[in-house]
Amino acid sequence: MRRTVPLVITLIVGTVLIVAEFVPHKPFGNLGDKFSMYFDIIAVFAFILGGGNLVRVHITKISRKKADWPFSAVTLAGFALVLAAGLFKIGNPGGIRGDVAVVGSLFNDLYIFIFTPLQASMFALLAFYVGSASYRAFRAKTVEATILLVAAFVILLGRTPFGLWLTGGFTGSWEFLQVPNLANWIMDVPNLAGQRAIMIGIALGVISMSLRIILGVERTYLGQDND
Amino acid sequence: MGNGHTEHKTLVERLQFIDRRIIFVFIGLAVVIPLLFGAVLKEETTPIVQTFFDTIEGLPEGSRVLLSFDYGPTTAPEIQPMVDAIVRQCAHRKSKMYMMALWATGDNLTGETIEKVLKPEFPDYKYGTDYINLGYQTGNQGLIRVLLVDFKMMYAVDASGTDVDSIPMMKNIRNLKNFDLIVSFGGGSPGIKEWVLYAGDPGKIPVGGGCTAVSAPLLYPYYPNQLIGLLGGAKGAAEYENALINAYPEYKGRKMAGMKLMMSQAVSHVVIMFFILFGNILYFIQRSRDKSRSMEAGR
Repeated sequence: MRRTVPLVITLIVGTVLIVAEFVPHKPFGNLGDKFSMYFDIIAVFAFILGGGNLVRVHITKISRKKADWPFSAVTLAGFALVLAAGLFKIGNPGGIRGDVAVVGSLFNDLYIFIFTPLQASMFALLAFYVGSASYRAFRAKTVEATILLVAAFVILLGRTPFGLWLTGGFTGSWEFLQVPNLANWIMDVPNLAGQRAIMIGIALGVISMSLRIILGVERTYLGQDND
Repeated sequence: MGNGHTEHKTLVERLQFIDRRIIFVFIGLAVVIPLLFGAVLKEETTPIVQTFFDTIEGLPEGSRVLLSFDYGPTTAPEIQPMVDAIVRQCAHRKSKMYMMALWATGDNLTGETIEKVLKPEFPDYKYGTDYINLGYQTGNQGLIRVLLVDFKMMYAVDASGTDVDSIPMMKNIRNLKNFDLIVSFGGGSPGIKEWVLYAGDPGKIPVGGGCTAVSAPLLYPYYPNQLIGLLGGAKGAAEYENALINAYPEYKGRKMAGMKLMMSQAVSHVVIMFFILFGNILYFIQRSRDKSRSMEAGR
């Protein structure tokens, strides 16, 4: 029963949405839009589920004193603080009816002074790891690696003015040898062809996977069978 | 034992496995020094950016532009300069700006943009008649689908809870087809791709985008048929700022955020290229030594 009901719902909704896409008449005409609205409503409840799950996982970790449990305490404290500031609009200049994200609100201050620097710092670390990895791993060991290396080098150089300074002497019929032009060619031709091929491949994969889910062949999304 | 082992390593071997903290220092200096000195790098505007700029430039006064803030603090350093430049241009063109967010983290950045760019630089721009902050709504691409059919179904109130029917610039808005242009900022999901697939294509609405440099290659296939233009990373932002400076002389001499970032990016690119070259030179030296050693051992 716990597996049959979701399978039937998936079959009906999936089939109706496919029909609605190709039959723009009643009763199918605006079913796709109606289902999108239902999706938006369900998405709101997903926040409650997500929040509840976060609290459950971290409380378990703290109560059992698992490894790194103090981090869980920090997570829960941060969650409670931001939730209170956002939900009850504590420290909000416009009060309970005002926008919570305005400059000067507690929620915005937490966002700007804590969340923003933390997230930006995490992302900025990438620059250091890219530098280190490029030195250690970017070696011309094989033909394929050499092609990748040359392409990366041209793109890097082409994205800076130094590329033009170095190869600006190529003019007339040799202008294509200027590094920025080579970089643009790599992006516009081999990269674009590769990206398009990947996109078409993904689209075909999505179609086949959707059909498998609608027809009940693929059932892993239902989780483990505990019936 | 460990020391004894390292003593037998040649200089080339040791350099190949240099402590990565040394590389970190070089990268850090390459990024920080240009920013500290405020050096700027002017970029020539490429066609993919220029067509975007020209499209906004060609919009008649009072055109409706939907700006979707689909990004967060992680990518804000790259994307915010584009947002600022486009908001400035829209304000110069007297377009009506409708700001919203598909990402929860984009909501606060909308407020920041209004406070830091729109209010101080365009004090005549009035909330409710010239611009509106609609805030964040859940639903991702599902939200876009609904907006295409019924905008007020999902945005019955603005970010501060005011009924949109009481806001003058919302009076004639029924769905996304009432907008002259949609601009999405952010290369993640949902973002530019979703705006193209669920609004631009089915509604025949022009869509433009600004995204991080790493996301740009994934979005190039949509240009020029499904995207009017694309700004990729700090370079895209700097190119747009250059177009803005060329069109609006009041910005001449101003050090804009994207241009400042480009100097840092250019120097760090050069440092990374140096390390790639240096690493490969060491690799080839090592390889030739290993070859000659194995040949000697074979004799």
